[in-house]
Amino acid sequence: MKLQEYRSKEILARHGVPLVMGETATTPEEARAAAERIGGPVVIKAQVLVGGRGKAGGVKLAASPDEAAERARDIIGLDIKGTTVKTVLVAPAADIAHEYYLGLILDRASRAIVVIASAEGGVEIEETAKTNPEAILRLSLHPLIGLQEHEVRRVGFFLGIPAELRKDFAKVMRGLFDAFVGSDADLAEINPLVVTADGRLEALDAKIVLDDSALPRHPDLEAMRDLNEEEPSEIAAREAGISFIKLDGSIGCMVNGAGLAMTTMDLVKLAGGEPANFLDIGGGAKADRVAAAFKIILDDPNVRAILINIFGGITRGDEVAHGIVEARAQLTRDVPMVVRIVGTNSEEAKPILAEANLITADSLDDAAAKAVAAARGAA
Amino acid sequence: MSILVNGETRLLVQGVTGREGAFHSAAMLDYGTKIVAGVTPGKGGQSALDGRVPVFDTVAEAVEQTGANASCIFVPAAFAPDAMLEAADGGLALVICITEGVPALDMLRVYHVLKAKGVRLIGPNCPGLTSVGEAKVGIIPGDIHLRGPVGLVSRSGTLTYEVVQAMTDAGMGQTTTVGIGGDPIVGTSFVDVLDMFNQDDDTEAIVMIGEIGGDEEEKAAAFVAREVRKPMAAFIAGRTAPPGRRMGHAGAIISGGAGTAESKRVALEAAGVRVADSPSHIPQLLRDAGVR
Repeated sequence: MKLQEYRSKEILARHGVPLVMGETATTPEEARAAAERIGGPVVIKAQVLVGGRGKAGGVKLAASPDEAAERARDIIGLDIKGTTVKTVLVAPAADIAHEYYLGLILDRASRAIVVIASAEGGVEIEETAKTNPEAILRLSLHPLIGLQEHEVRRVGFFLGIPAELRKDFAKVMRGLFDAFVGSDADLAEINPLVVTADGRLEALDAKIVLDDSALPRHPDLEAMRDLNEEEPSEIAAREAGISFIKLDGSIGCMVNGAGLAMTTMDLVKLAGGEPANFLDIGGGAKADRVAAAFKIILDDPNVRAILINIFGGITRGDEVAHGIVEARAQLTRDVPMVVRIVGTNSEEAKPILAEANLITADSLDDAAAKAVAAARGAA
Repeated sequence: MSILVNGETRLLVQGVTGREGAFHSAAMLDYGTKIVAGVTPGKGGQSALDGRVPVFDTVAEAVEQTGANASCIFVPAAFAPDAMLEAADGGLALVICITEGVPALDMLRVYHVLKAKGVRLIGPNCPGLTSVGEAKVGIIPGDIHLRGPVGLVSRSGTLTYEVVQAMTDAGMGQTTTVGIGGDPIVGTSFVDVLDMFNQDDDTEAIVMIGEIGGDEEEKAAAFVAREVRKPMAAFIAGRTAPPGRRMGHAGAIISGGAGTAESKRVALEAAGVRVADSPSHIPQLLRDAGVR
């Protein structure tokens, strides 16, 4: 789960990382009031989870409270890569002398938490990796003892942190590490970490991505989820225990298992169609979850056909077939459905599906071809 | 012959009295797996599975009394890291964790502790493994298998079943089928299992089922190019998956642009592996490579 900048900063501040929080605002008037309280020039920053907000006009300077209200009016409601800005962060404008990048990621390849640091802050680290890879330091931390003082020193020297700020830098790095571990993050980055003109070290922007598997033990972090930034269908899916990602095609997919769901999408594409979604209905799916999945898929007006691919191992094919027929009877919109059920009790499933006039298929390739044909027929 | 488990394996099931544990343990017993003990803290002295399996409070006690040498874990995600550590502490050499949703930072610690102890961990978030006709550990349906010469290793669950079924339908049997799990941090990698299949005399050919994300398939390709002379076929799921939905921001740097289905296909083909467009094409690709 990605956290907004102001949420990420809250977590970092809690762990002792020096930063100026600022205030969030959802209206120009709130932005004006925030700027008045802060005093002096401020920066207005769109709170969106997509990257590239600066280029999209989502970050603006304002010299006065009146100007802050104007800039907030420009930004709130702005569409940035499909997300409408609802909230802005109003923060004191910093006079920057130098910018750095400092991040931690959970690296699956080396099975360690890895420090990534670069003296080229303020630009995306992927960009630096392409243009100037030698400017990046990568340091694997010991998985059992964590961040050590000599590692903090090494990163500080690599970045060229001024001598008088080394103690503050240690606080930043220790705080970032504690925030990472304490919140079960996959990624925590400060970009840029700046030295201000008056010689202070400060985290100007931050981003934290949390490990979804660990969220059950962090209810306080779960509460930071920004529902404004999720597709309503993806929210409904999560609440129903379904893993769902919306795509742009016309063939809805309902599958048990993530790998098989991706394969089903791939075969739809191979058969000349375009999948409308990724949907993993999970293990031991019952009629209610099938019904929820139908609703989520059919809420997408682009869907012209549905391909249901269930490999019954534990799940009994006839039970799924009954679930499909029952759920379909409740639907307000109907499209052709191709159903492929294999594994346990698939023979018993066949008459149930045939009676309900569902298109059946024995192989996955056949099912994909039939779904593509059905979508064309319905278009 | 087979790898990792066989008819001699003495299996212990952690979480044997739970709903999932009991259901799948019964299926394992039916397949012929020797389950010698179950562990559920607080239920020691009872028996499970209609009296067929004695239950103990601790792994240490179960091992001492039954000589168990492998464990299969079905406990909920919040308790799974501790269960893996207890299995390792109890002296088991092989631990298979089926549980889904284990926090990654917990797995980081468990992975390194078990590695230091020399314990072979499969999973978590995996379907387990089957040495065909000898023993099945985990949740892969037993009846989709056919005994034969092909070893199979996969990162997926139901996609593994799909490929096994396609092979069985085509009359192409398996030695052992292994699901290593799809989490960012798992105990056993493709390379580990490929190495075992490569050294197993009964395994004449190998099938590998990968998916997008990470660089395990690329590492496997490098290993295959260097070590493996047996015919190989592969399938990589996720060619149509949207970019950026699964992979973290800075993660792309570390894997150096790897992670797409295409980069994995290119790497595998360069290593001489035949990569299928559909799971159903795998048996023919192996036949083309001379497998019976």
